Amino acid sequence: MWAIARKDLAIERRTGEMLSSLFLLALLVILVFAFAVEPERLAGPEIAAGMLWATLLFSGTLALNRSFLIEREAGAWTALALLPVDRGSIYLGKMLANLVLLAFAAVVLLPVIAILLGTRGLEPAPATLAATLFLGVFGIAAIGTLCAAIASRSRAREVLMPLLAFPLLAPLLIAAARATSGALVGRGPAEIASWLAVLLGFDIIFATAGWLAFDWIIEE
Amino acid sequence: MTTNDGNPRPWRDSILPWLTGAAMTAAIVMVFLVVPDEREQGVVQRIFYFHVAAAWLAFAGFALVAAASAWFLRTGSEAADRLAQACAEVGLLFTTLVLVTGPIWARPIWGTWWTWDPRLTMTVVLWTIYAAYLMLGRLSAGDDTTRRYAAVLGIVGALNIPLLVLAVRLWRGIHPAVMINKDPEAGLKDPSMIWALLVANVAMALLFDWLVSLRMRLLRIDREIAGLDLEDERA
Repeated sequence: MWAIARKDLAIERRTGEMLSSLFLLALLVILVFAFAVEPERLAGPEIAAGMLWATLLFSGTLALNRSFLIEREAGAWTALALLPVDRGSIYLGKMLANLVLLAFAAVVLLPVIAILLGTRGLEPAPATLAATLFLGVFGIAAIGTLCAAIASRSRAREVLMPLLAFPLLAPLLIAAARATSGALVGRGPAEIASWLAVLLGFDIIFATAGWLAFDWIIEE
Repeated sequence: MTTNDGNPRPWRDSILPWLTGAAMTAAIVMVFLVVPDEREQGVVQRIFYFHVAAAWLAFAGFALVAAASAWFLRTGSEAADRLAQACAEVGLLFTTLVLVTGPIWARPIWGTWWTWDPRLTMTVVLWTIYAAYLMLGRLSAGDDTTRRYAAVLGIVGALNIPLLVLAVRLWRGIHPAVMINKDPEAGLKDPSMIWALLVANVAMALLFDWLVSLRMRLLRIDREIAGLDLEDERA
């Protein structure tokens, strides 16, 4: 599990493919929203939180879509299946690498969004915000890794993966956006506890589901 | 290769279509001729019998998708996989019926086609989950691995439902939702209304069953044809 995560992160460190495309796409999503709606209307903590999760969702799913491409293209899928480890560990390793990438993206994107859309009225509560971001990107990584694996065999995987992931991520998106907008105006964990609980439940359920499901995903 | 076309299946081929037709006729007669007008909503309320029946069947269908998917992953049974696929298709059709009949009722009663009420939000997200499930089958090679992947998705989709319900309740519950209180179920005073709902449910259930069995047969024939093509290529 650690070896797979380390391998994926090492590839990423050397090529920077996923992160650079992720950031560029995220920036473009922000610009698209700003052009489509008057930028002045996008000010305020609620919009900033919503924009953060919308950009993470769009750019994250597209970046995560590539997570099994390396194995598929290099013909290493069979090698993965032959690994003398529990199949679930392969999932956890992949998910961990994706989690690190997404967390990094979230930490960079949040100030970018805050600066571009205006920082008026923001008094972030750092610990709550960090917890929310972590729980949110954990969920995207859990669902995204599973959906990327499911879509990886399809001839239309670029389209299929977001089709599978977005509806499944709907509860996470609702909870993460509300929790983040709370944390951005200085609310403590107690005030947004129900949202954090939804996020935590989501993460536990789908990380477990992905871990168990990989017994059937990698079997060729 | 097993082909059942030699031995007729009387339930599916002769009894079920007629039974469905009879039950549907009975439901239409009850809803349009027997049941009285609802006092406040008037004639529009009659759509409720089909709307609610379709919704129950749609949810039952999605529960069946998950159960059949789990069964397929455990046993590798071809029939379980076809059942999951057929239930997702027919379930999606019934969800579409719910999403079409709902606004027709809501426009005169609530004054708007759509509102982000928890139930409406949940239904439309469910629709997208199962539409994506069917897209997976469309966009992938129809082999055993794809079937396993679809089964995993069928279960994960069902796991999502409780979280979805919780999230949309919390989300829309923060704002005072005037419309949720106008629950049409609160007003089933006339006993014939309850009977009409029951009959509509039975009719919808039979229709569901019939459509699922037809789709399952079609999927079986499809796979047999694909198998024959493979044999031709080998020969």
